Amino acid sequence: MSDAPTAQTASSSAAEARIADAAYTGPMLAADGTPLKKSLNRALRLQKMRALALIAPLLIFVLVTFIAPIADMLFRSVENEIVSETLPRTTTLLANWDAKGTEIPDEAVFEALYDDMFYAIEAKEHTKLGGRLNYELTGMASLFRKSGRKVEDMGEVYQDQFEGLDAFWKTGENWNSFMGSDEWLASMAGWTKADGRQPKFKLREGMADVLPATTATYLKYAAFTQNEDQKNLYTTDPWAIVYSSLHKDLTGENALADYAGPAAEQLKAGAAAATSFETVNFSEAFLDIDKKWHDLDVWTTIKAYSPKLTSGYFLNAIDMQKSVDGAEMRPENQQIYGILFYRTMKMSVIITLSCIMLGYPVAWILANLPARQANLLLILVLLPFWTSLLVRTSAWKVLLQDQGVINDTLVWLGIVATDDRLALINNQTGTIIAMTHILLPFMILPLYSVMQTIQPTYLRAAKSLGATNWTAFWRVYFPQSVPGIGAGSILVFILAIGYYITPAIVGGTEGTFISNRIAYHISSSLNWGLGAALGAILLAAVMLLYYAYDKIVGIDNVKLG
Amino acid sequence: MADTKSTDAFVEFERVQKSYDGENLVVKDLNLSMPKGEFLTMLGPSGSGKTTCLMMLAGFETATHGDIRLSGTSINNIPPHKRGIGMVFQNYALFPHMTVAENLSFPLEVRKIGKSEREEKIMRTLGMVQMEDFAGRRPAQLSGGQQQRIALARALVFEPELVLMDEPLGALDKQLRETLQFEITRLAHDLGITVVYVTHDQTEALTMSDRVAVFDDGRIQQLAPPDQLYESPENSFVAQFIGENNTLDGVVKEIKGGVAMVQLDSGELIQAKPINVTKAGERTRVSIRPERVEFDKSRMQDGAFTLKAEVLEFIYMGDIFRTRLRVAGRDDFIVKTRNAPDQIRLTPGTQIEIGWLPEDCRALDA
Amino acid sequence: MNLTKTLMASTALTVAAGMAHSDGHMASEMTIVSWGGAYSASQQNAYHTPYSEMTGVKIINDESSAEAVSKLRAMNEAGNVTWDVVDVVASDALRLCDEGLAMEIDPDTQLADAPDGTKASEDFGDLLVGDCFIPQIVYSTTVGYRTDLVGDTPPTDICAIFDTDAYPGKRSLEKRPIGNMEWALLCDGVEKDAIYDALATEEGQQKALDKLATIKDDVVWWSAGADTPQLLADGEVVMGSTYNGRLFSLIVEQNQPVAMLWDAQMFDLDGWIIPTGLSPERQARALDYVMFATDTQRLADQSKYIAYGPARKSSAPLVGKHAELGIEMAEHMPTDPENAKNTFLYNYEFWADYRDDIDAKFQAWLVK
Repeated sequence: MSDAPTAQTASSSAAEARIADAAYTGPMLAADGTPLKKSLNRALRLQKMRALALIAPLLIFVLVTFIAPIADMLFRSVENEIVSETLPRTTTLLANWDAKGTEIPDEAVFEALYDDMFYAIEAKEHTKLGGRLNYELTGMASLFRKSGRKVEDMGEVYQDQFEGLDAFWKTGENWNSFMGSDEWLASMAGWTKADGRQPKFKLREGMADVLPATTATYLKYAAFTQNEDQKNLYTTDPWAIVYSSLHKDLTGENALADYAGPAAEQLKAGAAAATSFETVNFSEAFLDIDKKWHDLDVWTTIKAYSPKLTSGYFLNAIDMQKSVDGAEMRPENQQIYGILFYRTMKMSVIITLSCIMLGYPVAWILANLPARQANLLLILVLLPFWTSLLVRTSAWKVLLQDQGVINDTLVWLGIVATDDRLALINNQTGTIIAMTHILLPFMILPLYSVMQTIQPTYLRAAKSLGATNWTAFWRVYFPQSVPGIGAGSILVFILAIGYYITPAIVGGTEGTFISNRIAYHISSSLNWGLGAALGAILLAAVMLLYYAYDKIVGIDNVKLG
Repeated sequence: MADTKSTDAFVEFERVQKSYDGENLVVKDLNLSMPKGEFLTMLGPSGSGKTTCLMMLAGFETATHGDIRLSGTSINNIPPHKRGIGMVFQNYALFPHMTVAENLSFPLEVRKIGKSEREEKIMRTLGMVQMEDFAGRRPAQLSGGQQQRIALARALVFEPELVLMDEPLGALDKQLRETLQFEITRLAHDLGITVVYVTHDQTEALTMSDRVAVFDDGRIQQLAPPDQLYESPENSFVAQFIGENNTLDGVVKEIKGGVAMVQLDSGELIQAKPINVTKAGERTRVSIRPERVEFDKSRMQDGAFTLKAEVLEFIYMGDIFRTRLRVAGRDDFIVKTRNAPDQIRLTPGTQIEIGWLPEDCRALDA
Repeated sequence: MNLTKTLMASTALTVAAGMAHSDGHMASEMTIVSWGGAYSASQQNAYHTPYSEMTGVKIINDESSAEAVSKLRAMNEAGNVTWDVVDVVASDALRLCDEGLAMEIDPDTQLADAPDGTKASEDFGDLLVGDCFIPQIVYSTTVGYRTDLVGDTPPTDICAIFDTDAYPGKRSLEKRPIGNMEWALLCDGVEKDAIYDALATEEGQQKALDKLATIKDDVVWWSAGADTPQLLADGEVVMGSTYNGRLFSLIVEQNQPVAMLWDAQMFDLDGWIIPTGLSPERQARALDYVMFATDTQRLADQSKYIAYGPARKSSAPLVGKHAELGIEMAEHMPTDPENAKNTFLYNYEFWADYRDDIDAKFQAWLVK
């Protein structure tokens, strides 16, 4: 209050300055003739820079530890690159496949799947993808894991036939002799691991035209062998898929007729023989691995999750799912999140209200006691903060359980019958009791600090004006303590909806919160996308409530002290 | 003490005592009686018991012993909200969450006064303090002086017969304080209300009050109209507390014809008016107002007792001159002279003689 | 994802630069992650202390096994894996292996042979689940009951859980479908061999949940291994499922009036994995440790301290007496023939596929 006159003086002097301004026609000039504004800005810039430098560590800390994780979480809740990155060719081809039809994709898709799977297996990405898709369709995890072991064998049909045709095809040195450039071959000839970095593979000139498919596959194989496996490419035997690519080239379009480089003879012999090679039907081959590969659901799921961004996690988080016809509700026996969100909100409100009811009188007493006693009492209020959350929660377990202290006392007093003990734990009551206790200080402290600023003269003034004790409290004291209630409620409510340890311990099945499911998805099911989507919804709900609070009560009316 | 116990007494304290801890008395045997319409100020240093008295009257403290009466009825057991006493607090105590009009409306609402009547009273009262234009503002949007006006208006709006003011102008700057002093007295006079005003500022007390009760050590040291208090302090505490005073210590030689001969500790003899001394041999402290000291021989009475003095310091204060002298071994003796064209300005180092009228020099308790 | 990748790459670079300084063949310090409590103590006694004495390697214990999967994933994403050897249950090992977070192990070259020369792959047999898991112990989730609260006819088969008439009172079950669903179907009359086929169907799952629904009001659901022993000790429940080692200490070490019901115990495996992304020195050290810690004698040693069965066949005859109590440990092992008359082995393949689906249904059922 004492600063009110100052504020007024300041504003009136500002008004005077404006009036003074208005008297001049041009902008105000500093002594050296530069515009005053510019001169002022220059003078202030240094100060601003210094201030910025001072808060920079904090700013960076907040950005790194707070903003970045939230951004990461929001991103994860829609991110879905794994499908298209692991199966690039397959998902591209699937774009043209009619998911609503009854036909499974054609051979071209399966061939692409073979290609994609082969590289994914080499990079050990296929099981990861299986895990991801298993969230959407049960059985995908084992389908991909199982296929991983067998896809490698598929290309061996061609490998065996080429090797049977000519022992030349058996060794990596022979392959390199015509795939690699002369320069690279020369640099590899004397290379050993001790020499340091392996010379990067260089393709023989013109090879890309002669054997296009083989070249593409070989480049991938070479890069993977050199970089990921760290093996000597020169002496390593190529992957089976290189042979199937070669078969494709030799039986399809190629420019072999004009080729006269190394191994031209073997290649031409191969081309002659390849037309009569036993071929692989990839669709059938995948069916052999697992009959699920001819299951429509598998393919609609892969197609549905092909895009790099997905709404799937968010749909899941509101008990919906993607289907061929767009989003639809999940079957009733899988709906859980709506209930949990509602329950979390409802119980958080109850906990907040209980905290107000219990915390208000305590804060009032604290604020009205002499400083010495108030400090002592404050320590008692803060005492729960100094014990571990787990200890406190477990203590409630001891108190509240059927054979616990409270029930035993009630039975001893004859208030309840021994076979009719109160159910105080493993239900919502338990969660509300334990969490009210844990969060109470967060209500008392802001209330206390706000109440401390309410001078006792207000109550005296009200009484001197003819108000009874109750009227004085209700019309004069209480409205002034509302900012404390607001601050406490926001703190308690926001902390409450994010709690999971306490509900997990004392909440049983009825008293668990949405955060328990988030924790489950983060630490147990590893479905981080769904966890992130649930977290994002929770964040949005909090912000919405905050916005509503600002609209109704006004955020200026929140005081922490 | 001025315990008149007249039948027309409006506010009465009778043998009131107050102790907070059961060991020390904050208010000792207080007796006071005020007629209706009086403006009485309780003046005293902090801890003298004046605010406690006010709070007992308001009902926020209960008297440990004794009786407090309002219009002849004891109010000891009446809760504050039923006493119908208006009160203005030091820090205004305006309700920050209400507008000015709501603040004023509050005492009317709790008295269940109808809306139209309320509005009329609010505007009329705001008019009295020239704050009609501020009805819709919040206290935080007002300056200190404006807030105090509102606080005053709020204490008056329900037309109480008695208004208590607890250092209401303490937080304001000098100029504003003087304006408001005037306004408060004007209002009190116009409305014919009885006011008990607490302050530690003697100027405020002297300029505003019908009577001033000087408090010290839990007792009323003197209860008198301002001029009497200034001119004729009844003891050395009052003399020193009210206005500026020069004091000299000595022993009474004799008292004759209403004049006491006092021998100062430094040896000189002076004449003084006996107030708290009755016989020769008593120690006394004589007090002389600085403006009653004369050093111009031509203006002194014949045969007046004079003292030698040395000018130590001359301070120019605009309307007056303050001259510090060394007199009878003390170097804090002050002489005040009016700034007039013929006034002498003493230069430090000058040796002079000073004197005064015996009735201006009061021999008080030592 | 590109941002993440750049971030990871730069972190990896920094880490690599840091590692370039370390010379020598193996790291001289390693962080081993386990479950804490009595279990970690048994590992300390049987593995860590002798290994440190033998090699001078300093072993740092971390008790994060419960969150190992998520933490390893986070470490891997950040490009800074600080753990060298991690103790996990087999299902988590399988998941970590699928995620590429655990390195593949060749048992015959990277694990010790049995004293008689039997290859590790044969000595561990079926217990080598997945390509990354190095089995350590066999434990079981089984039921304990209060001997003073079951009257004159103590339960002898698992279906006592569902028999609230004969055994009134609360029972504690783990707050997850695994185990409970199998027991529910078994007690609903499904043949043991047909249980997983049934559970793979919508009807079978519903059937299991319906069976569990008959006792839903009498169940206290637990999520920490210490819960059931506590509930039994407090008399809060008349029976409850938990890990057999927990019941062992409750019965034998704490002398509580509790007895074991071995019927239909659910075998599970616990063992080591080595995270991917370790520097060659640390990986070599981790492999060296694992080879030592899972040899026949070491596995047998651990059972002196805790009632879990060694994962090697060759260790079984070496199981001796409890290190402090001096009682024979063999009869308290879940693998003891007397106890293992009717058992389930956790079906890793099945649950890897159905876990997400059935868990969603199970939790939805719980909430309603």
